[in-house]
Amino acid sequence: MFHKEKSIQIKNSASALYNNLSVLRIAPRKLTYFTVVHANVVNMVSASWDGLNYSHRQLQSKEPNVATSTSLIMQASFCVLPSRELLVVTSQKGIQMYESDGSIMVYWHALDTPETPTAQAVFARGISAVWDNYICVGVSSGSILVFDIPSKGSNITLSEVLEEHKEPITDMASECSGSQECIADMVSADDGGNLCLWKAGEEFHLLNKIPGFDMTCSSVKLWKGTVAAGYGTGQIRLYEAVTGILHVEINAHARWINSLDIAPFSGLLLSAAEDSLVRVWHMSLTPETNSVEVAHLHNECVTDTQICGARFCDDDGYAFAVTGYDLSEIIRYTQT
Amino acid sequence: MSTRTLPLLFINLGGEMLYILDQRLRAQNIPADKAKKVMNDIISTMFNKKFLEELFKPQELYSKKALRTVFDRLAHASIMRLNQASMDKLYDLMTMAFKYQVLLCTRPKDILLVSFNHMDAIKEFVKDSPSILSQVDETFRQLIEMYTPLSSGEFQLIRQTLLIFFQDMHIRVSIFLKDKVQNSNGRFVLPTSGPVPYGTQIPGLIRIFSCTGEEVNRLQFTNGGNYTSALREGSFEIFGDRVTKLGTNMYSVCRPVETHMSGTSKNSVSTAPNPLAKEELNLLARLMGGLEIHKAGNSDSGFRVNLFNTDEEEEEALSLRPDELCYGVISIQATKDQQANAELSKIMEEFSESGDQCPSSSSKGDDLLAMMDGL
Repeated sequence: MFHKEKSIQIKNSASALYNNLSVLRIAPRKLTYFTVVHANVVNMVSASWDGLNYSHRQLQSKEPNVATSTSLIMQASFCVLPSRELLVVTSQKGIQMYESDGSIMVYWHALDTPETPTAQAVFARGISAVWDNYICVGVSSGSILVFDIPSKGSNITLSEVLEEHKEPITDMASECSGSQECIADMVSADDGGNLCLWKAGEEFHLLNKIPGFDMTCSSVKLWKGTVAAGYGTGQIRLYEAVTGILHVEINAHARWINSLDIAPFSGLLLSAAEDSLVRVWHMSLTPETNSVEVAHLHNECVTDTQICGARFCDDDGYAFAVTGYDLSEIIRYTQT
Repeated sequence: MSTRTLPLLFINLGGEMLYILDQRLRAQNIPADKAKKVMNDIISTMFNKKFLEELFKPQELYSKKALRTVFDRLAHASIMRLNQASMDKLYDLMTMAFKYQVLLCTRPKDILLVSFNHMDAIKEFVKDSPSILSQVDETFRQLIEMYTPLSSGEFQLIRQTLLIFFQDMHIRVSIFLKDKVQNSNGRFVLPTSGPVPYGTQIPGLIRIFSCTGEEVNRLQFTNGGNYTSALREGSFEIFGDRVTKLGTNMYSVCRPVETHMSGTSKNSVSTAPNPLAKEELNLLARLMGGLEIHKAGNSDSGFRVNLFNTDEEEEEALSLRPDELCYGVISIQATKDQQANAELSKIMEEFSESGDQCPSSSSKGDDLLAMMDGL
């Protein structure tokens, strides 16, 4: 049901990191932005929909004012708020926020890094836009930093620090269906597979904790009150967010899962792993019985590639894009 | 990223180096006593107590160049000499072998089993030398103590850190090509068959549960591969079956190895000067301060080992090697080492005392770099 399209070449290969691909559709200009992390560089490509124009940009993880410090980047992700779109880059040194085209850095937040390295590495990872005006970023200590984002300008402030996780944050996601009826606004995951559900607001409230089983949850999504979580065991689990009830468990991949994504309009779920496979699933909700079902739709094998990033390119799940370790291209698939 | 990566990188690369040297020493018919001396000298240097104390401190990985310098010195810790082409080839083989092992680990924690395979083999090399054996055992215990409590997520961070270190290295190795585990473009083959990792189920099952936790439906799907159930878990004890073969010795006298450099490798080393070079050299110099270098002694007891079949091949390899693959190799004269070590540590002392306040600290870093190049 999907076929391979022409790949997009990128300047450097992708590093082996969780969720190492971010996609932003700029509909008015008929463009799509892609970002892929390579060690201490973010590769950015702007691709026109007619496939004729590609422009490249590279962002370094440079701390402002300190010319000599570069650090490895953990994640780059577009954050879409109603008033503006930002590109958030997290590294060992801190958090950078850029205008979505990567042209201007509007905010920099430094992490507390010890003078001599400690056994516990320091980094930020896990990025999510929540509500109209928040961007949340996870930290290796387990903290979640909540930034208040004004509708324009650079007056970004750290409004709250959420201390529920005890292990490094791996990923975060906000409710992607746009539905106002859902109680939970955001889910966060950590190295131990623990999930926290949050109600956003001037103060964030913890709604529920779903305990892990000592296996990393590397990627998490929230759709219509259902949490989709991908684990190092290759399993995908779907939980009811508010109650923590397990609805579905899939033995999905033969290796570590690195990325999950959901197309909110169609309920398609994308999973990608180190086993070189990308799978497409369909989730359906039955509100009467409060249950979730899943069907397997499609497999794509990217031969000899440990896939580290996979994202739908649109809200219907009409197309998706994939990157892998050591691969200097973004591979795209479109529905037939 | 992970600050616990360096010991594993060093021990596994060191283990691969020993496999290759052992094979070359036998292939070139080096007398048994001399060969034994080389292996023993290198292993006792590798597992030097002071050196390992530095190594096991939490820290970031070095640049490729700095690590290469460490291995240049290690390879020359005995009476054996390698010229530049052979050293290049040795280092290529070591790094590609460990990259393969890191990439093929079915789960992140297997990196520890790969390391234990190397440690088991190193113990076998020095089984007749009780004092060196106890040095190696001490490190083994340290590895177990430090790494076995780590979570799956921490192991994955270590693995991601190693994969960034090895990123874009696509040197073709004959033994891998022959075994069909490497493609002609230098990428490794990832199987979609065989046993799944310990703790993982064979893909293909969807289970649906009711609100009360009862399983209400089971669906199958085709997984696109040909997987089998997980094998038992390898042993994380000091003795035991590691189950995985990754990290065991794949060389033998009748199976020499070749690398193919031509056109397939892509240079990943950032062309920008590394701003961390100064810090890194500090660390390196400290490490080297702990390295006891055995003097080569009089030249008649020393000998040269060739990683190629003939000297002509070796010369040709050096002249054909693409510039981008040159490590800016540092030639080492063992007789100067003692003096150089003393100088380095003297500089190090000055550096740590005045480094921060001194306005010319950056130029000092450059001096140190120049000095190391001059070694």
